[in-house]
Amino acid sequence: MDEDTRTLAIINSKGTLDMAYPGLVLANAARMMGIEVKMFFTFWGMDIINKKKSDHLKVSPVSTPSMGMPTMVAGLPGVTDMATTMMKREIEKLDMPPVHEFLEMIHDAGAELYACKMSVDMMKLTEADLVDEVDEIVGAMEFLEMTEGAQILFI
Amino acid sequence: MTTLQDVSLDTEGFMVDPNAWNPEIAEALAEEEGLAPLNERHWAVIDFVRKDWGETGESPTLRRITKQSGVNTKELYALFPKGPAKKVARVAGLGKPKGCI
Repeated sequence: MDEDTRTLAIINSKGTLDMAYPGLVLANAARMMGIEVKMFFTFWGMDIINKKKSDHLKVSPVSTPSMGMPTMVAGLPGVTDMATTMMKREIEKLDMPPVHEFLEMIHDAGAELYACKMSVDMMKLTEADLVDEVDEIVGAMEFLEMTEGAQILFI
Repeated sequence: MTTLQDVSLDTEGFMVDPNAWNPEIAEALAEEEGLAPLNERHWAVIDFVRKDWGETGESPTLRRITKQSGVNTKELYALFPKGPAKKVARVAGLGKPKGCI
């Protein structure tokens, strides 16, 4: 496929720190090599573009066996915050920006950001609750229409 | 005007020896990339990339460029449209970028 016309549609459905970054990194990488990017945030993925939450996403060691922590310990108060702090430190070491700055960067780079209409309604949000980088609130059909022929990633 | 005939490039068009780079080669590579003529804002980016490579031995990430060269993300994408990562590295005479950011 010609790079000039290649488009990546990324659907972000999760709101944890570890599930936010893959979409952001891929969106940025695509823009760096000239691929068009349209991102759709839905359900818990709405937290990524929620003004109050975007820089406060967490990673939970509960049901993340990769982190190697026994569930009994992982569920103790404060453990999620501790794991989150540690992961944020590692992310920073890799020269990756915090979530909101990352959104700003990929938006400036030309990626388009869309919020899911149904999730906005369900969570009783308005445009004012979302980061300024969000281009529009659209329905699922509208998003699929504008990404016709694109490669779709569901995260 | 320098032609690229004397410059060794790899299969993807990146310079094999970054030390053989000079501003005339940059202009010739920019021509190939459809960026010519390079203006002072292009040079702000290229000069920073060359300087940073000289100091660290690695080509800087786009994020590092936008944080330190005085050229922000929007402008960087306008100066080097359709894939700034490869274009910046190529014109600055460095290898294909390997980073993710």
